[in-house]
Amino acid sequence: MRRLIGVVVLAGVALAGAGWLLTAPKPLPEGSLDGATGDAERGQLVFTAAGCASCHHAPDAEGEARLVLSGGQRFASAFGTFLAPNISPDPAQGIGDWSLDDFASAVKRGVSPEGQHLYPAFPYTAYARMEDGDLVDLWAYMQTLPASDTPSQPHEVGFPFNIRRGVGAWKMLYASPDWVMTEAESPQLERGRYLVEALAHCGECHTPRDALGGLDRSAWLTGAPNPNGRGTIPGLTPDKLSWGADEIAYYLSSGFTPEYDSAGGHMVEVVENFAALPDEDRAAVAAYIKALPEGGHLD
Amino acid sequence: MIRMSTGLAVLAICAAGAAAAQDATAQLKARQGQFRILAINLGILGDMAQGKTEYDAEAAQAAADSLVGVSMVNQAPLWPEGSSEMDIDNTRAKAEIWDNFDDFASKWGALGEAAASMQTVAGNGAEALGPAMGGLGGACKACHDTYRAPQS
Repeated sequence: MRRLIGVVVLAGVALAGAGWLLTAPKPLPEGSLDGATGDAERGQLVFTAAGCASCHHAPDAEGEARLVLSGGQRFASAFGTFLAPNISPDPAQGIGDWSLDDFASAVKRGVSPEGQHLYPAFPYTAYARMEDGDLVDLWAYMQTLPASDTPSQPHEVGFPFNIRRGVGAWKMLYASPDWVMTEAESPQLERGRYLVEALAHCGECHTPRDALGGLDRSAWLTGAPNPNGRGTIPGLTPDKLSWGADEIAYYLSSGFTPEYDSAGGHMVEVVENFAALPDEDRAAVAAYIKALPEGGHLD
Repeated sequence: MIRMSTGLAVLAICAAGAAAAQDATAQLKARQGQFRILAINLGILGDMAQGKTEYDAEAAQAAADSLVGVSMVNQAPLWPEGSSEMDIDNTRAKAEIWDNFDDFASKWGALGEAAASMQTVAGNGAEALGPAMGGLGGACKACHDTYRAPQS
């Protein structure tokens, strides 16, 4: 009997040890990107497509004030409410004291410079597909933004979700840098896929989630309940959206649907971002949307 | 055993509630109707701007004049207290409208300004319509961003 208990305890310790190792944060190796210099002008386009300001500007900020990334906006979820942090270049309250490697680990792997998991309310599972060149350019652009000394607010997340190590287990299940649309047969579709699946992270709102809050990739872009409260986010697959490619591209530049209804809610800032991108980018996104299969089964 | 007076009181409260809901029905139809008028006229101008329909100066001017006309409708009577999506069905009007009615009214005013800008250029050819459509879209979005709930 004592032998059995001993074996069980040993197995328990081994499993806990394995769990500890498997859920460990994995930042980029030291010195991966340091030394790379970016182009801030190209970085502004990455910043716009990735929508950084849309979540990190202060609540109710408008116009130029949206470039002050002081944080504070609230994002409700089934796991609690997340408050966007200050990511301005302020060295004390923002990320001004980060290295490029720190930034890359955060954006592409969801790991903070202190070696902790970031909550996936920050869409690093999409940004994991960001090209390194774009990330370096983005970092260069972000240095040019105004500093804000507004302290970041803590998330309002209760037990057990306030244990960040648990996100390591979540990442094992859901953090895949693979494309969802595995076949993109033209440069335009590749660009559309990169914008949708990586930078603009459309899947985060437009794809349903399972009980653990991970995206259901088998129902990609088929629509979902509004993560921030009531209502639904529409599906974009052909069975849900009958618009033509030119109508999708026009909507992304103007906010007008084919019936000349006008976008509202979070989509307003998405449209404003897309309106600032080149025509070819909106056309590429439209081509990607038209290439989605019915029901979202891409794998 | 419920007393007669209690029963009558309950009925009266229900009737009053039903009456309040019926009152808002007219306002709902009116304000949703004004958005449909806007959409139809935006469509006339937007389709010309995109080259989907042939430019017609008279039709464009009439559409722009209509947008201005709608923007001049006084909004306060259409948005009575108790007609938000939290109070009644069939509306996407968020309760924040009544918390910030001055801001809501100023956003309606901004729509009027954008419509007036369109009115001055609508007769000048299809190319002029594009930027003016942008101004109108911005005005629509600015209000929908804050004051319209998502679709159910």
